[in-house]
Amino acid sequence: MSDMTLPAIAEAPPRAKRALPPPMVMFGLVWLTLMLLTAVLADVISPYAYTALDLRNRLSPPAFMGGTWLHPLGTDELGRDVLARLIYSIRMSLLIAFGATIIGALIGTTLGFLAAHFRGFVEQVVLALVDFSASLPFLILALAVLAFFGNSMVLFICLLGLHAWERYARIARGLAISAGSQGYAAAVRQLGASPWRIYGRHVLPNIASTLIVSMTLAFPEIILLESGLSFLGLGVQPPATSLGSMVGYGREYLTRAPWILLSPALTIVLTTLSVSLIGDWLRDRLDPTLR
Amino acid sequence: MTPMLEAKGLVRRYAMRRGLMGRSVEVRAVDGVSLSVERGRTLGLVGESGCGKSTTGRLVLGLEAPDAGSVSFQDKPMPAPGTAPWRALRSRMQMVFQDPLGALDRRLPILAQVQEPLDIHGIGEAKDRPARAIEALRAVGLRPDQAARYPHELSGGQRQRAVLARALATEPALLVCDEPISALDVSIQAQVMNLLVDQQERLGLGILFISHDLRAVRQVSHRVAVMYLGTIVEEGEPDAVLHDPAHPYAQALVSAIPHPGRSGQRIVLQGDPPNPADRPTGCAFHPRCPVATALCAREAPVLKPRRGDGRLVACHVAQGDVAPAVTQRAA
Repeated sequence: MSDMTLPAIAEAPPRAKRALPPPMVMFGLVWLTLMLLTAVLADVISPYAYTALDLRNRLSPPAFMGGTWLHPLGTDELGRDVLARLIYSIRMSLLIAFGATIIGALIGTTLGFLAAHFRGFVEQVVLALVDFSASLPFLILALAVLAFFGNSMVLFICLLGLHAWERYARIARGLAISAGSQGYAAAVRQLGASPWRIYGRHVLPNIASTLIVSMTLAFPEIILLESGLSFLGLGVQPPATSLGSMVGYGREYLTRAPWILLSPALTIVLTTLSVSLIGDWLRDRLDPTLR
Repeated sequence: MTPMLEAKGLVRRYAMRRGLMGRSVEVRAVDGVSLSVERGRTLGLVGESGCGKSTTGRLVLGLEAPDAGSVSFQDKPMPAPGTAPWRALRSRMQMVFQDPLGALDRRLPILAQVQEPLDIHGIGEAKDRPARAIEALRAVGLRPDQAARYPHELSGGQRQRAVLARALATEPALLVCDEPISALDVSIQAQVMNLLVDQQERLGLGILFISHDLRAVRQVSHRVAVMYLGTIVEEGEPDAVLHDPAHPYAQALVSAIPHPGRSGQRIVLQGDPPNPADRPTGCAFHPRCPVATALCAREAPVLKPRRGDGRLVACHVAQGDVAPAVTQRAA
């Protein structure tokens, strides 16, 4: 028995140095790259300005639904080209979603680490803020802030960044405390490392996988939240456009001109799916014990 | 010559809350421990789980501030934990942990981790540090090609060697080993202990060796202290203490070492394991002690030299202050 199994173990193939990511992840990477390129090159590749009216071709269907190639994805009720609006919407939505996700992760992780490091009063304050943030309906907070301070792009992104920060704060605090009470963080502290070194070089890389998964969960939520706020008229203001507001305004024409709504909706689905797939894959890649 | 490390009257209390609305109870994990470690010598600290051995180790290293008492290292008082002088002192005193996998960062290769204390304390030129780290690994018997491995790719003994290499990379004067071998196989235990002794000779290390393994302590220690419920009850030469213990608790502890061919002499302690939150009056050991007298329940004995051979022991009976009580289970 052992004669048969031993050589098999010895002949185990060496680990592949750099295998291609699985097909789904490849798809996610390609799609996200495409989206990022679209966002960056929006001015170059857009066939029309996103506000340009073509009143003779209002509600014309896309090319594959019997329309003309003049407007490949059709036009909306004012004759604006859906493709052009989609391209600018992608730029706007990616900016908002990435910006807000990163702001939320930065704020949450920093506050979580501060709570874990100082404990005591600082921790109580951070936890009170976390509870406050978690118990307050975010839409009401957003309505209040936008109503008082008016609407600007920067404010809007920062506001959405506050959406999920308490999750990162909880994760970062909990994991940093558990690492600090015993284990590698205690060992490194015992070596004489400064707090910057402990949290930056050791704790953060070790909890990054959890944070990244959390970010990939927050990303679609922020896109949807942006849609909701835009639909309420508090988010992206016309004539500027985003994926969410396209869906919101296209809703009225769902039966007569579904293409207005379908292309941005499909983009939202594919982009959030790609982010989730890539996040999951990244988490595994970043962990040397799973390689 | 004054000892390199001297701790006097260390006390560490923790507040423990029982139940949802319970009042918090004070737990004295360490209750008046004094010890000293000299250069090139090893002090073994033994005792059962929860008797305060590890807390003593952390207090001695200054990882926690004692509630009372003082620690001085190389004739200077210990700075407060987390301050810049405290951090700088870390290069002189290091710790070896019980769980080597937990003490290593699983996301960094061994080399980076052994090099880290050199980076932190700015020892040597930055470009020479990898070579020094590899030298430290070689000193504990790891091959240079293992330096690029991650902790989970090493065996338990190799991990503990890597932890030891990291602790010794700055050539410290004091090493506190907190149960360094209890997570290892018996054959690996011997290797790691031999390694400790070799490195002690090479660097003139003072070692505080915390363990519940009496044979391991006897093998590496120059002096042994036995702890019970936060206090040292007996201290002396390892051969003397472990062959002819004076304190009843030390006798029970030593009799628990399995010996081939010896049977029937084992002292089995009665009663519950001690609870530091509910400390008995007088001598902490008296409820379980086979020879306890009325004096033991009233008055706590102090650690002082025994008349005759000068062994340090904290026991009224062993000091000859009172005659041992005769109990029916003495036979």
